[in-house]
Amino acid sequence: MSQIWLVPAFPLLGFILNGTLGKRFGTNFVSIVGPIVIGLAFAQSLVLFFQMLNVEGNVLSEHLYTWIKSGNFEVGINLQVDQLSGLYLLVISGIGFLIHVYSIGYMKGEEGYYRFFAYLNLFVFFMLILVLGDSFLLMFVGWEGVGLCSYLLIGYYFEKNSAANAAKKAFLFNRVGDFGVLSAVLMIFLIFGSIEFNTVNNEAASKLEHGGIIVTIITLLLFLGATGKSAQIPLFVWLPDAMEGPTPVSALIHAATMVTAGLYMVARLSHLFVLAPLTMNIITIIGALTALLAASIAITQTDIKRVLAYSTVSQLGYMFLAMGVGAFTTGVFHVMTHAFFKALLFLGSGSVILAIHHEQDMRKMGALKNKLPITYLTMLLGTMAISGIPFFSGFFSKDEILWYAYSSPFGSAWFWGIGFLTAGLTAFYMFRMIYLTFHGESRLDKHVFKNVSESTVSITFPLVVLAILSVFGGFFGVPHIFHLLPNSLEILFKGFFAEIPKGHGTVTTEWILMIFSVLLAFLAWYIAYRLYQSGFEIAYSLRKKWEWAYKISLNKWYVDELYNFLLIKPVHLLTNHFLWRFFDLNVLDRIVNSSGTAVRTSGNTIRPLQNGLTQNYAIIFTFGTFLILLYLI
Amino acid sequence: MIPVEHILLLSALLFTVGVLGVVLRRNVIVIFMSIELMLNAVNLSFVTFSRSLDSMSGVVFIFFIIVVAAAEAVVGLAIILSIYRTRNSLDIEEFNLLKW
Repeated sequence: MSQIWLVPAFPLLGFILNGTLGKRFGTNFVSIVGPIVIGLAFAQSLVLFFQMLNVEGNVLSEHLYTWIKSGNFEVGINLQVDQLSGLYLLVISGIGFLIHVYSIGYMKGEEGYYRFFAYLNLFVFFMLILVLGDSFLLMFVGWEGVGLCSYLLIGYYFEKNSAANAAKKAFLFNRVGDFGVLSAVLMIFLIFGSIEFNTVNNEAASKLEHGGIIVTIITLLLFLGATGKSAQIPLFVWLPDAMEGPTPVSALIHAATMVTAGLYMVARLSHLFVLAPLTMNIITIIGALTALLAASIAITQTDIKRVLAYSTVSQLGYMFLAMGVGAFTTGVFHVMTHAFFKALLFLGSGSVILAIHHEQDMRKMGALKNKLPITYLTMLLGTMAISGIPFFSGFFSKDEILWYAYSSPFGSAWFWGIGFLTAGLTAFYMFRMIYLTFHGESRLDKHVFKNVSESTVSITFPLVVLAILSVFGGFFGVPHIFHLLPNSLEILFKGFFAEIPKGHGTVTTEWILMIFSVLLAFLAWYIAYRLYQSGFEIAYSLRKKWEWAYKISLNKWYVDELYNFLLIKPVHLLTNHFLWRFFDLNVLDRIVNSSGTAVRTSGNTIRPLQNGLTQNYAIIFTFGTFLILLYLI
Repeated sequence: MIPVEHILLLSALLFTVGVLGVVLRRNVIVIFMSIELMLNAVNLSFVTFSRSLDSMSGVVFIFFIIVVAAAEAVVGLAIILSIYRTRNSLDIEEFNLLKW
C-alpha cells in the first residue's frame, strides 16, 4: 500500500490544528505544527517518489472515494503519483517546508501569526491536491483552492487598502482563466465521456482530428486558464500586485508553486496539446512576448519585490515558450530550477526587507553586503543562477529552452532571438538589483543602518539550502552536449510526454548559441556593474536620453491603464449611469414602489367596509344571499 | 287542509322577522333569539314540503337543524356569557374590536 493520501492529509491536519487551536495555544505551538506537517508531507513524497520509480509503468494510484456516479460516468477522488506529479510533489513540499521554516522568523510578532500558518498549510494542501488529482475535477478543486489561499494571503494585511485591492484583483483575473478551464472541461467531457487525464491523453489522438478546430478550441480555452494562473499576457497584471502579501507568500505561491499550475496543466495534457499546432504556436508567441515584456518592465522598477515579481512573470514566459515548442521536459526542468532560485531570491529580499524595517525601495538601500553577509552571498548565487552564468542551475534549463526555441519544428530563430534578448535583460535587472541593494554607498537612514544585523537562523537556514539547490539543481538535467552526466530528467520522463518530430540544428550550432548567451549574460552583468556599482551618473544620463522608453518601462507599458480604459471605465460608466441611475432607480424601483402603492391605495379604499360591527356584516351577508338567489332563479 | 302557500308565506314572514331582528336589534340575546327564529322558519318550510311531497327527507333535515341549533345555543350562550363578564354589556355595537 502506498498511502498517497497521507501527503495532502498532513497539511490539512496542520490547517485544522493551526486554525482551531493556534490562537489559544500561541506562537510556539503554531511554529512547531506549521512546518512539521509540511516536513512530514515532504518525507512521504520522497518515499512515494522512489516507490513510483520502481513500479512498472511508473504510476501509483489510490482510490479514496467515489464522488459522482451517473450511468457510465464516474468521478472518483483518486490520487495518482506519476513522473510529473512526483516531481511537483517534491518541489511543492520541499520548498514549502523551507518557506514554512523561514516564516517562523519572518512573521515573528505579527498579528494573526496562527492565521498565516493556517492559510499557508491550507495552500500546500490544495496545491498537493492539484497535482495529485487524476481527473480534471479534482485538479480544479485544487486549482480553485490555491486561488482562494492566494487571495487570503495577498490580503493578509487586509486593513491596508492596497492589499485588499490586490487580493481582489488577483482573484478576479483568475476567474477569467477559470472560465476557460471549465468550458474546456465541459467540451472534453462531451467528446471523451470522461474527465480523467489518462483517458484523455490516451484517446486524444484517436478521437480528435490533428489540427482540427475542436481540439484547437479546447486547448486554447485550457491555455486561457493557464495564462490566468501562471500570469501570462493578457492576464499577468495581478502577479506584481500580489506582492502586497508577506514575502514568504510571494516566494511560495507567487514564484515557486502556484503560478506553475498552468504549466503543470499544459504538461499533463501534452498529448492533447500537440494535436493543435495552432495552439502550440500561440503558446510559444505568448510565452516569448510575456518574457520580453515583463523583463523590459523589471529593468526600471525600484521596489525590490516588484523586480522579482516581473522577473517571475518573465521566467514563466520562458517556461511557456518551452512548452509551446514541444520541449515539455525542459519546461518542467525550468519550473524546478526556477522554483529553487526564485524562492531563494524572494526569501533573500524578505531578509533584506526585514533587516531594514520593511523598506522595499531599492533607492534607499545600498552597501548592505557587509551587514547581511549570508543574505548577500545566497542572493548573489541565486542571481547568478537566474542570469545563466555557466554551471548554475538556471544556465542548464534556460539554455536548453533557448536551444529548443531555435531547433524544434515548432520553433524558429525569432523565438530564440526574443529569448536571447530576454536572457540579457534578465541578467541586467538582476545584477542591477544586487548592486543597488548590497553595493555602493548606503542611502539608508544612518540610525537604521547602524542597527542592521543578519537575520535569525530560521531565515538563513532556508536561504543556504536553497542556495545549494540553486547552484547544483541544474545537474538533474544536464543537456547532452556536455557529456558530463546522463540527463536524469529525460530518463525520468521517457515516454511520458507526447513525442514531437526531431528538430534540426547541429551540435556546433548549439555550442555557438550557448557561447553567445553566456557572453551576453556576462556583458549584462558588466553593464549593471558599470551603471550601478558606484554613482549613477551614467544611469541618469541614459535615462535622460531615453526618457520615453524609461517612462514606458516604469509605467509597465501602461497595461493597467489600458485595462482601466478598456474594461473598468466602460463598465463603471455603464453601471453608474445606465444600470444604477436609469435602470435601477427608474425601472426596478418604480415597479416595486408602484406595486406597493397600488396595494396600499386599494386597501385604504375598501378598508372602512370592515368596521367591526357584526350587524353590518349581517346586512351585507343577507344582501349577498339575495343577489345569489336572484341570479340562480 | 291549509294550502301550502299559506304556510310558506308564514315561514317567509318568520324568516324576515328573524333577519330584521338580527340586523336591527342591539341586544345580543335578542339577536341570538332571532337567529333561532330564522332556523325554525326554515324548519317550517321543510316540514311543509315534506308533507306536500310526501317524502321523509325534509324531516331528516329538520332533525339535523335542531341538533345544530342546540349545539349553537350552547356555544353561543357560553360566548355571550364570557363577553359579558369582561365588558359588562350586551350591546353588540360595543363588540367591535375585530377590525382594521
